Amino acid sequence: MIAELVIFIILGIVAVSSAFAVILSKNPVYAVLFLVINFFALAMLYLVLSAQFVAFIQILVYAGAIMVLFLFVVMLLNLTGAIESLQDKLPAQRWLAPALGMVLLVEIAVVFLSGFFAQVPEASELPEGFGTSAPVGMLLFSRYVLPFEVTSAVLLIAMVGSIVLAKRRP
Amino acid sequence: MTIPVSAADWIVINTELILVGTAMIVLLLDAFNRRISDRISPWITLVGVVGGLVSLGFLWGQEYTGFAGMLVIDSFSVLVKMAILFGTGLAVLLSVDYLRREELAQGEYYGLLLLSTVGMLLLTSSANLIMIFLSLEMLSIALYVLTGYARMRPRSQEAGMKYFLLGSFSAAILVYGVALIYGALGTVDLAGVAEALTAPGILSNPVLLAGAGLVLVGLGFKVAAVPFQMWTPDVYEGAPSPVTAFMSVSTKAAAFAALTRVLVFAFSDLSGVWMAVIWAIAALTMIFGNLVAIAQNNIKRMLAYSSIAHAGYILVAVASANQLGIQSIPFYLIAYTFMNIGAWAVVTVITRKGEEGVGLSDYTGLFWRNPLLAVSMGLFMFSLAGIPPTAGFTAKIYLFMAAVNANLIGLLIVAVVTTIISAYFYLRVTVIMFMHRPSEVSAVHVPIAAYVAIIIAVVATLWLFLFPNSTQAFTEAVWRMGL
Repeated sequence: MIAELVIFIILGIVAVSSAFAVILSKNPVYAVLFLVINFFALAMLYLVLSAQFVAFIQILVYAGAIMVLFLFVVMLLNLTGAIESLQDKLPAQRWLAPALGMVLLVEIAVVFLSGFFAQVPEASELPEGFGTSAPVGMLLFSRYVLPFEVTSAVLLIAMVGSIVLAKRRP
Repeated sequence: MTIPVSAADWIVINTELILVGTAMIVLLLDAFNRRISDRISPWITLVGVVGGLVSLGFLWGQEYTGFAGMLVIDSFSVLVKMAILFGTGLAVLLSVDYLRREELAQGEYYGLLLLSTVGMLLLTSSANLIMIFLSLEMLSIALYVLTGYARMRPRSQEAGMKYFLLGSFSAAILVYGVALIYGALGTVDLAGVAEALTAPGILSNPVLLAGAGLVLVGLGFKVAAVPFQMWTPDVYEGAPSPVTAFMSVSTKAAAFAALTRVLVFAFSDLSGVWMAVIWAIAALTMIFGNLVAIAQNNIKRMLAYSSIAHAGYILVAVASANQLGIQSIPFYLIAYTFMNIGAWAVVTVITRKGEEGVGLSDYTGLFWRNPLLAVSMGLFMFSLAGIPPTAGFTAKIYLFMAAVNANLIGLLIVAVVTTIISAYFYLRVTVIMFMHRPSEVSAVHVPIAAYVAIIIAVVATLWLFLFPNSTQAFTEAVWRMGL
């Protein structure tokens, strides 16, 4: 239990500090790279929860595919100058955003301190093969077959939509 | 291993399957032969929509549950689905000549329109929070693209981008709420939620309350209720007019169906909490929508604020949460579909290439330029204001009766006062059309398909006033739906 707690705290610190680094770094390329670190830390947290499948999907899809696209776009657009000018245009938001963020933080603190988490039941023994791809696949093709198929239609829409918006003018 | 899909499952999704199939045909035809597709894809789409309506006719009066309780077919969902399909069909009739006038591609447009409709149909019968989220995404992503479909016009681009950013944000809020509800109750099934809420002490659980609140925000965004309405005027103004017509009625219908199912049926034990919230949102929405609409000189923006106001009226029925209230929701949605699409049809016809001519001054003396168009527009304005002899009047009467039965006198007063205020800006359009002489009398060219759409809307608007009993049998069955 203690070892798990220590790992959790380390991963938590890495995840939160890299998330801060994402929004604080001036160079968008650094921001994207910090996001990769954040995704890796989250993937490790999933592993601690014995959700192997989700952890590897997180690394493959997010840290792998999506972040490469992010980097690609950021490097192609060359945003360094644009961000400086963006900051000057939003004076009100610079003060309003932290204030509203603090309100949200207080709200979360109230929820946490309200004693709800005292009711959380003790961790039970996990079934055989929990978190591996086999049971996830079984669920996807049995109980959740409809959401699975609807997701394919959503992806089709996204594909058709992006082609429509990006193709050359007629 | 076999995938367990029972006969009932196929019946539950047959309307959606017909429309998905039509969408595939339209998309593939466009890929193989663009010239043929440009000519016939709207008519294929219409055939699919009519097929969907026929399949709904067969489902009428029956109750099915499919996919382990994820989708339900009952009178409520069948009626709302009819409203959605009427909206889609009329929008297709408006699009035929609009797309030609604006020189926009045809095939993908109808494919996306159909797939968005499928998302709405799924949302209407979803009885599971995961399905609600997924179908909401399905309809929204297609709508983001359709909003920015006129991509050479900056206004359309801007509207698409705004809608996409704010819409994704609201979807994230919704899914966060779903996660919190799952954390608190251990289920995402609406029937399971209703059952879990009977446990002692669960109602004051802060995680549950936060989750329900976030889901309410996500759905409130889609129905454009205050304070989640800020995207509406810009998006409605920038989007191509037939798309606006479609999303102002069909999206609203689907989102209200989901909102009703979530609040009235799943979270009914929590009504002590959400009742006050819906009360406040409904009152704010009616006041804001109607007051700001007065100041608009652009007809598209005026109709956008009017659509916000109407969301407020329907929320009155949700807040009533009694038998009459639930019955009046599908009736109001059907009536609203016809009168609002009718108004947008006239707007589509009057605007010129590049969405020029949307000022109220463009309607000066319309009666002398095209009497039939002016009389129809006048009728739609009467209906939106709730003045007899129109469907809007009957729908509002039902709604006010529901509020009286639920003893929501304060809300009723707000609704009546804002209805009177709304008469000002609706009737102003009528006055401009009939009382002022145009500076030059030039006839308005109206394409045949748009004429058909307008005439269908006029007939339906009058029909629902003259024979509300013809739909009474429909709405009475609504209360008996099982969940």
